[in-house]
Amino acid sequence: MNEFQRRRTKDRIIVLMLLVMLLVYLFPIYWMFSTATKTLAEAFALPPRWIWVPKLEHFENIFYEGAGGELGRVMRLETERRPSPFLRQFSNSIIVSFVSTGLATFLGALSGYVFSRMSVKGKNDLLFVILSSRMLPPVAIAIPLALMYRALGLFDTRFGLVIMYTVFNLAFAVWMLRSFVDDIPREYEEAAQVDGYSRFQTFFKFILPEMRVGMVATAIFSLIMTWNEFTFSLLLTSDRARTAIPAIAHSLGTAGVNWGHIAAGSLLMVGPVVVFTFLLGDNLIRGFTFGAIKE
Amino acid sequence: MSSLKTSWANRVSDRSLLYIFLLPTFGFLLFLVVFPLAWSLYLSFTTYSANIDQPPIFVGLSNYTAIFRDPEIWYRFVVTGQFVVLTVIIQFFLGFLIAMLLNRKFYGRGLLTTLFILPMMFSPVVIGKFFRFMMDTNWGVINYLLVGVGFPRIAWTASFEYALYSLVIADVWVWTPFMVLLSLAGLSSVPRYLYEAADVDRASGWFKFRYITLPYLAPILTLAVLFRTMDAFRFFDLVYVMTGGGPGFSTQTIPYYIYMLAFSFWRTGKSSALAYILLIIIIALSNIYINYLNRVRRA
Repeated sequence: MNEFQRRRTKDRIIVLMLLVMLLVYLFPIYWMFSTATKTLAEAFALPPRWIWVPKLEHFENIFYEGAGGELGRVMRLETERRPSPFLRQFSNSIIVSFVSTGLATFLGALSGYVFSRMSVKGKNDLLFVILSSRMLPPVAIAIPLALMYRALGLFDTRFGLVIMYTVFNLAFAVWMLRSFVDDIPREYEEAAQVDGYSRFQTFFKFILPEMRVGMVATAIFSLIMTWNEFTFSLLLTSDRARTAIPAIAHSLGTAGVNWGHIAAGSLLMVGPVVVFTFLLGDNLIRGFTFGAIKE
Repeated sequence: MSSLKTSWANRVSDRSLLYIFLLPTFGFLLFLVVFPLAWSLYLSFTTYSANIDQPPIFVGLSNYTAIFRDPEIWYRFVVTGQFVVLTVIIQFFLGFLIAMLLNRKFYGRGLLTTLFILPMMFSPVVIGKFFRFMMDTNWGVINYLLVGVGFPRIAWTASFEYALYSLVIADVWVWTPFMVLLSLAGLSSVPRYLYEAADVDRASGWFKFRYITLPYLAPILTLAVLFRTMDAFRFFDLVYVMTGGGPGFSTQTIPYYIYMLAFSFWRTGKSSALAYILLIIIIALSNIYINYLNRVRRA
């Protein structure tokens, strides 16, 4: 066997290993999909039904209030169908997570630039303060926050959640984006400044575009974190501004846990994030590639 | 272009630019982190219930001494420690292994990578809930498959011995992709020419890994482990939906216990004190990581 053939065989073995790992790894997602599209009797059947006729009833039921569709019928709790608050919660999730992701990424870029390029007094301490905002167990500040939010009228508002999530993602954004600026050659700015641009202009005209990839990666990550955040939404909202995740987690219904309903809800929730990641996905790997800009 | 050069933006000095750029970040931090933290520090020295309309009563350090004397709380620290060590180590090695395997040119690499990071996009909360469904002792699919290949039936979330492992499995499932992602990023940042030079010298695969790959990866891997450790310490949502701290108190991690103290027992003062102790532990640990990070960055 020559060098080329040996390498090709090795590649094939590795791909095969990856596929086997993937099979195990993605099993829960497959199972979630199957639970969401089976009837409850099928979902609980053992040995599992490997072949079934997919039904969309669970996806539909999410949008209606009542005793959880099928399960309700079985237990004779079916009531009149009313629209459920899911659409509102879903749009809360969209607004809150996209706005706070945008804010955190932009503010993170500003601070990341300063921390990478300028001499700031007590730089390491300040960076540590920023990072420590992410170390906080949310429950540690939950009580004063809840009291404060009530006093300021921020409780159960989308604005309140947006600023909370912005802070929540800032630490990651600042630290990530500082690394990105570190990787942009200083010559870029020096050349621009020789040409008579101020630092302010240099940043917006030259550095920010160079950080694009890193910002997208940071944004995708922040979006995932915010979209799926649970604790703050649970503790800082009640009805109007509640996002979809805590709502799904609490959707026990009157007739017990409807697993089909929960599986369908989870799949619906993952949709926007997957779409967003696929649209910008090229940037994700490249973006986390700190060295991409160097080349 | 020249009009732009002479605009007001040109007159922003470096000093004021620094303040303008940092102001929003620190404004937010002060308002939503520092201030509530100071408040809960004060509450940690008091006896207070947030649901009763009575002012806090100052009690000095007694919340703290009560916590340190309480063997049940020590047990919860042990549980938390076990959880953190287990998940971070498993995620680190598994994620790094997958990244190493993915880091070569083959057909369908992009798709495979995306599929591997898919679990990260799911909400830990709904995943936790769904894992409970899959892990049911009698009708869960995991036991069905395990029994099928000859393992005994395991009461995953329902038994004292295994409940913590169920949480570890779910957390590993959700967060290994994060390690994959950051490891991949690190791997592709290693300059090609270093490997080419090593190839010319006929260096072994291990030599290349040890002296080229690892040093390049050290900072980003440290950062990844730092973020995972911090998150594992704050671990709350999976416990909330998967085991509710049970059975008994076998999975009551410290953050979950803080939540219970604060919002079930309404012992605001004591829960604030415990939150502070946890925070100090996390900060101390992170400091160790960051010192290490700064060392490898400088090297």
